[in-house]
Amino acid sequence: MITFTDFTYAYPTSDAAVLRGIATEIPDGQLCGLVGPGGAGKSTFAYAASGFIPHVMGGESTGGVSVDGRPVADTPLSELVAQVGLVLQDPFNQISGAKFTVREELAFGLENLGLPRAEIIARVDDMLDRLGIAALRDRSPYELSGGQQQLVALGSVLVMRPSVLVLDEPTSQLDPAGTRLVFGALDEVRRTGITVLLVEHKLEQLAGVADRVLVLAGGELRLDGPPETVLADPRLAEWGVGGTRFTEAARRAGDRWPAGRPLPVTLDAAVEGFAR
Amino acid sequence: MISIASLVYAYATGTTALRGVDLEIGDGELVAIAGQNGAGKTTLVRHLNGIFTPTEGTVTVDGRNTAEHSTAQLAHTVGYVFQNPNQQLFARTVRAEVEFGPRNLGHDEARRTELVTWALSATRLTDLAGQHPYHLSLAERKRVALASVLAMDTPVVVLDEPTTGQDHAGVQDIAAIVAELHERGKTVIAITHDMDFCAENFDRVVLMADGRVVRDAPAREAFAAPADIAAAAVEEPQMLRLSNALGLPPAITVDQFVKEISR
Repeated sequence: MITFTDFTYAYPTSDAAVLRGIATEIPDGQLCGLVGPGGAGKSTFAYAASGFIPHVMGGESTGGVSVDGRPVADTPLSELVAQVGLVLQDPFNQISGAKFTVREELAFGLENLGLPRAEIIARVDDMLDRLGIAALRDRSPYELSGGQQQLVALGSVLVMRPSVLVLDEPTSQLDPAGTRLVFGALDEVRRTGITVLLVEHKLEQLAGVADRVLVLAGGELRLDGPPETVLADPRLAEWGVGGTRFTEAARRAGDRWPAGRPLPVTLDAAVEGFAR
Repeated sequence: MISIASLVYAYATGTTALRGVDLEIGDGELVAIAGQNGAGKTTLVRHLNGIFTPTEGTVTVDGRNTAEHSTAQLAHTVGYVFQNPNQQLFARTVRAEVEFGPRNLGHDEARRTELVTWALSATRLTDLAGQHPYHLSLAERKRVALASVLAMDTPVVVLDEPTTGQDHAGVQDIAAIVAELHERGKTVIAITHDMDFCAENFDRVVLMADGRVVRDAPAREAFAAPADIAAAAVEEPQMLRLSNALGLPPAITVDQFVKEISR
């Protein structure tokens, strides 16, 4: 569970607040999407939800952020890293630099937790299989493509079995097969009761997997609700988020879309509405 | 005119990345190249400016065999925007980065200023021109890499996954840049995983799998063969999935779909 209580934040380099008055709670087992235009504060939101703010980045804040009921500001980073997994936008920044193979890279966090060797090996090998990267196990993380690095970064976090998982555009460099793998893995992770916060630009894909979607624009939460309502909201365009192509098609289809029917955000909803 | 004949490329490690590619691309064409990671897309386009030279076969650009010309010579013709901007950026300010190419190509100062101003404005970087590229977000750094190639004003522009990590407005900007390059008569070749972006902005689609071209067709016909879609491991455009599910003639963009459903 992630709880934001009237949270306002400015980076140390600037007086301007990047997040303003954020108040929301993301319960256990929920996959919550976060969308917004570039510069809206999405990455900052992700850093705050995972304790990177304030522990790594500092800055000035009012209000607070808690994970599983514990204020992140009062929780030592050494404890937070076992509780919250953060997958960064640029996987290159996430690779430890301390390890020579993908398998060792995935084991790195678990070694730091002091887990028994057999447990580490079992968890790492299971994760390599689940993410479809077992063939890369002996390669250097630095020799991989951006998409492969994204899968390694995700694996190195998931293998820690955090109670909260925060991902900043984890599929931006992946091909469709890799994207499906990641979304499939996240769906599975959510079922185990983990709270997932997913920053994502791919609205059609988000609509298919998210329980809930938050819209952030100009540092403030503008919308919060189920994907079918939030992603069909006409104001998304003016906030620079765009909309799904299904929504646009129905909006422009005139009387071919049944009057009064909510606009679709997924293929299934579009097929159902147009078939009438 | 770009002409690729029987191109085979093997890395020094022994991995064969291209296994016999034949492709002709005419001046002013808009071509998207798609296929799963590892299909050989990036290896293929890196032959156009001589970063790679063929193990077998030939690549000619404007009649010049790329194996017989340096990357510096070919840079006058082919501008290549890397997928990962970190491999491309080195200057201390965005403006210096964008000026580097046109200066190197020997454009005079007036022309240089004109090109740099246009490239910065097209990529919405004018206000960030004095920043260090590494102080920018990844999405912004990608736009710097794009601007630095636009400013070289080459007849051929190759974009390697230009939309990754871009928000909605960023993708629209790149679509507008592609359209403008097309209007200026440039050949634009883009590698992309985003089949909707591909459907909406490119005339021709080349699908690759395992080092080969499995389909090369006008965009609206490129997705017609499920076996090729599966081989290239790409997704059908959203509107094609919708029109297929409704039994309508294939539409790959919202415009086409709205026309079909309104008949």
